Amino acid sequence: MLRRVLPVVSAFALLTACSVTTSDAPPPGERVVTLVTHDSFAISPELLEKFKADTGITIKPLASGSAGELTNKLVLTKDAPIGDAVFGVDSTFASRALKEGVLAEYASPEAQQGAQRYQLDPPNRLHAVDVGDVCLNIDVAAFKDVGEPKRYADLTDPKYRDMLVVEDPATSSPGLAFLLGTIAEFGEQGWQDYWGRLKANGVKVVSGWEEAYTQDFSGSSGKGPRPVVVSYASSPSAEIGDDGTPRTKALPDTCYRQVEYAGVLNGAKNPEDAKKVVDFLLGEQVQADVPGQMYVYPSREGVALPEAWTKAAPQPATARSLPAAEVDANRERWVQQWRTSVQG
Amino acid sequence: MSLRVDGLDVRYGSVAAVSGVDLTVADGEVVALLGPSGCGKSTLLRAVAGLEPPTAGTVSWDGVDLAGTPVHRRGFGLVFQDGQLFPHRDVAGNVAFGLRMRRVDRAARAERVAELLDLVGLTGYADRRVTELSGGEQQRVALARALAPRPKLLLLDEPLSALDRALREQLALDLARLLRETGTTALVVTHDHDEAFTLADRVAVMRAGRVVQVGEPSAVWQHPVDVDTARFLGCGRVLAPEAAQRLVGVRERVGLRATALRVDPSGPIRAEVVTRVHRRDHVRLLVRLDGEDFEAVAGVADPPSPGDHVTLTVDHDGVAVIG
Amino acid sequence: MAHVGAGLKPTLSPRLAWSLAALLPLAFLGVFFAWPVLAIVGLGLGEGGVLPVLARADTWDLVGFTLGQAAAATVLALVTGMPVAFLLARCRVRGTGLVRAAVMVPFVLPTVVVGLAFRALWPDGGVLPIVLANAFFNVAVVARTVGGLWARVDRRAEDAARALGASRVRAFTSVVLPSLAPAIGSAASVVFLFCATSFGVVLVLGGARHRTVETEIYLRTVQLFDLSGAAALSLLQFVAVIAVLVLGGLARRRRERSLPLRVEPPRRPAGGEWGVVVAAWLVVAALLTPVVGLVARSLATDDGWSFAGYAALAGTGERGTLAVSGLDAALNSVRAATDATLVALLVGVTSAVVLVGLRRHGTWFAETLDTALMLPLGVSAVTLGFGYLVTMDALPGDFRTSPLLVPLAQALVVTPLIVRIVLPVLRAVDERLRQAAATLGASPWRVWREVDLPLAARSLVAAAGFGFVVALGEFGATSFLARPEAPTLPVVIARLMSRPGELNSQMAYAACAVLMVVTTVAVLVIERLRVPSGGEF
Repeated sequence: MLRRVLPVVSAFALLTACSVTTSDAPPPGERVVTLVTHDSFAISPELLEKFKADTGITIKPLASGSAGELTNKLVLTKDAPIGDAVFGVDSTFASRALKEGVLAEYASPEAQQGAQRYQLDPPNRLHAVDVGDVCLNIDVAAFKDVGEPKRYADLTDPKYRDMLVVEDPATSSPGLAFLLGTIAEFGEQGWQDYWGRLKANGVKVVSGWEEAYTQDFSGSSGKGPRPVVVSYASSPSAEIGDDGTPRTKALPDTCYRQVEYAGVLNGAKNPEDAKKVVDFLLGEQVQADVPGQMYVYPSREGVALPEAWTKAAPQPATARSLPAAEVDANRERWVQQWRTSVQG
Repeated sequence: MSLRVDGLDVRYGSVAAVSGVDLTVADGEVVALLGPSGCGKSTLLRAVAGLEPPTAGTVSWDGVDLAGTPVHRRGFGLVFQDGQLFPHRDVAGNVAFGLRMRRVDRAARAERVAELLDLVGLTGYADRRVTELSGGEQQRVALARALAPRPKLLLLDEPLSALDRALREQLALDLARLLRETGTTALVVTHDHDEAFTLADRVAVMRAGRVVQVGEPSAVWQHPVDVDTARFLGCGRVLAPEAAQRLVGVRERVGLRATALRVDPSGPIRAEVVTRVHRRDHVRLLVRLDGEDFEAVAGVADPPSPGDHVTLTVDHDGVAVIG
Repeated sequence: MAHVGAGLKPTLSPRLAWSLAALLPLAFLGVFFAWPVLAIVGLGLGEGGVLPVLARADTWDLVGFTLGQAAAATVLALVTGMPVAFLLARCRVRGTGLVRAAVMVPFVLPTVVVGLAFRALWPDGGVLPIVLANAFFNVAVVARTVGGLWARVDRRAEDAARALGASRVRAFTSVVLPSLAPAIGSAASVVFLFCATSFGVVLVLGGARHRTVETEIYLRTVQLFDLSGAAALSLLQFVAVIAVLVLGGLARRRRERSLPLRVEPPRRPAGGEWGVVVAAWLVVAALLTPVVGLVARSLATDDGWSFAGYAALAGTGERGTLAVSGLDAALNSVRAATDATLVALLVGVTSAVVLVGLRRHGTWFAETLDTALMLPLGVSAVTLGFGYLVTMDALPGDFRTSPLLVPLAQALVVTPLIVRIVLPVLRAVDERLRQAAATLGASPWRVWREVDLPLAARSLVAAAGFGFVVALGEFGATSFLARPEAPTLPVVIARLMSRPGELNSQMAYAACAVLMVVTTVAVLVIERLRVPSGGEF
């Protein structure tokens, strides 16, 4: 028995070259910057290679969950940071990261090319890399007859009954952005009332973007039943039909702006190189790469968007936002109130 | 070249399985541990093998205490009641196992295996699967397996009791011959006194964890040390000296086996038959004599029926003097 | 391996020797499980008390719902798994090898994919789809665990009961079922733990309404950063898990005993047995329905059928969604799963051997180790992942970012399964067989090699295969620990699903199909090894 099994098992182990036998330790002397990121981080490999060729620095990304999860991990490990630099702390969680002191001061020369518009604190610990707008997306075909909704308030209109699907702000980051958007729109006094009317008009709440967009939304490949979904301003660029026209559309007046930041971590083993990485992220080439890789808009001014975007996903001219400190102070209470009033 | 057990105690928690046992087995000697089930004889055997740690006392071989020697270094062979052959090895693989453990080379191994299979009467069985063997054949393989590495001492734990009777008697004779021929020193556990007397040079009778009597089979048979031993050795009736004097003419406490009283037309004792049971080579009777019931035997031909009056004679081979 | 060797004089009692051997699994559990989990829970408790959380009514609603849905799913998995176990263990019917492979397929599917598949049938989610989906994952556990023992249960007892006038059903309930009790107890506790801690499925299907302790721990740890609340819930989870393990252990122990090691040859079903076989086929068909749906989705496009999703696996997704190609991810998966299986085999087999050895000496220590080994199944992956963050930097080379962390975490999940498969077989080996070998001169190590290993070889191979497949599909801990440059297939699938675009979604489904094919092939290869050439035992 064993005699028959062992060769197969060992051959298998050899074939797959199990990772125990391989080491990914960098050769001594190599300069490596560990860049802690959210899960959606992506960058063209050519750019990383070019950066290495130019500076001798290898960027090692370390994906660490959603923006919230990422921030919490940084706070938890601030005494022994897991990396040198961070990318992906967003405006919703930035206050916590700053308050907990996980970031080091650094005034990047590249920050004056547009990123300064989203600056949060004078010492410049966080630099805006990109801007993502969470907007209502609609399935264009479904509104040929009824007319498209324009604003949040329209969705309480009975003619849009049972059309909207949104994500739970407790479990989903676009869901949280939409909630913050409604708070920005209707104020502390009015948002719960608005949600009450949404509920009466048949809003559907699901846990994550995947269910909402790929299953319930009628404009995606899932061909679900609901023509309005909370997604990103950039999403329509992925839904362009064979005839070159987008099947879906982000409603420009329904957006909440989330800014994603990068910075150097306090206690970084390699702070000088980490600064160079932050410069790199704010630089022209990465900024031009950002839309295609991460479905967000560059923070730098004067960077051209990909062709498909100019047609399907232009950056909304205006978008709501709430001050980071206000979000940080109230987020949990708002989510709790939302849970009670909408789910209860 | 001898086994010596001194003051051995084996306890399981508060239960004493073996207590205060002294025993020796001399070179080439076969000793049977005889006793009713649960008397501790198997535990004693396992303690000798090193499978049960003694609570007190010593097991020694040639004067060397074995407490420091684990099972696999004692060089004692063990045969279980139900063989416990390795199911994943064929007959030869089982027999050769101990030889492999002793790093005997392949050729010598094959030779020894063939030799032992001849010895146990299984010539040509080398390649058979052990699961295809009958119970008797399995037991022979187990014996061959235990003997193959020439153990200093062979331990047999009820080696024949899982077999049917005819086979058991045949195998007991074979085993006795085999032990003699190979000059093996052996300790046999059995609850069957026929088996013990067939196999053993000496018998140690155990009861409730203690060895109560040791001696040659005939001595033990004829002179059980106490009433319980006498009963265990087949004495259905025990007579006080006065009664013994009257019935069998011996003024001592005696135990009577069924064969002590035999139907004999010219016998001096008169009795009435109560029940009758046919056995293979005789008829077993229950007879009433002076108001008391005794066992007796009669010939197979024309046996008396219940209610018949018969005369009996005393056969002194069936009378054991107790004490 | 502990044994009283030449150098160790037997002053080293066997019990002590076994306890020393237990150090390997204990060290593994201690470093990669107990330490991180206790550290993060301790951190949370340091921030605030447990009592406020325990005092809230909705905490107990959570606990009630968690246990209730897990119990329901466990019962469902047992009821549907038993006919399949019967088919696999007892029947000589064409296609049974494929059935064996088919029941394993659900096990490797990423929870998010299964969640979405069930959500397609029940768009509003709810309790029923949660229970169904959890059972869907775990039918394999029941079929394999119970089937493994069933194949060894002597038919004669059943035949005797039938001869005594028992109906087939009666013979089953009075003879077969009691002898299967240890395996059923084993399977039930494993399934219950899997269901009680199932995460992705509950999140997708429970929506905002149905939450479990596990999803709440995730929410509090990851989103709300309420570590004290999460710690309180983790403690509740511990208590529940240990209670289940102790109960399962009791059920197992009462029944576990030596069994003949021969496998009863399967025979053609007769009479009413066909009913059971048909039931098993129906269960398998039900299991395969979502699977077929996934394959269909991997092929369907707006313009009809296409292999575009599969072709895309060679690349990195629509506009580079992935850091590596689908093929590389598949290789990563296989590598990590191989490592995890090797580690788990080492730890699991050592544990099983130690447990068998200790049981002979009957100590509370054996019971404790047995329970401890199962704990990782019942603890939230999030708790473990965050625990790694606050502890693993103390290991040489900042272990938090080590590529070894993924296989080690997978091994934590796989080890208990291996123990549960191998242990009953080792316990079934008659102790006297080992003693016979010892008296023939085999040292304890040699006894293990000559007796235990060959007799347990089949179950070892089965356990290794099962473990490999589980590691292949493991998502919770892996998604937490996998490094971006080396994602596994389930991680890649989840990422593809989280992106818009038809090709990404097709690619995700194609990757699922690839995962299923790898699983099926792995299981079939293992079956090939296991099928006796001529009845080995």
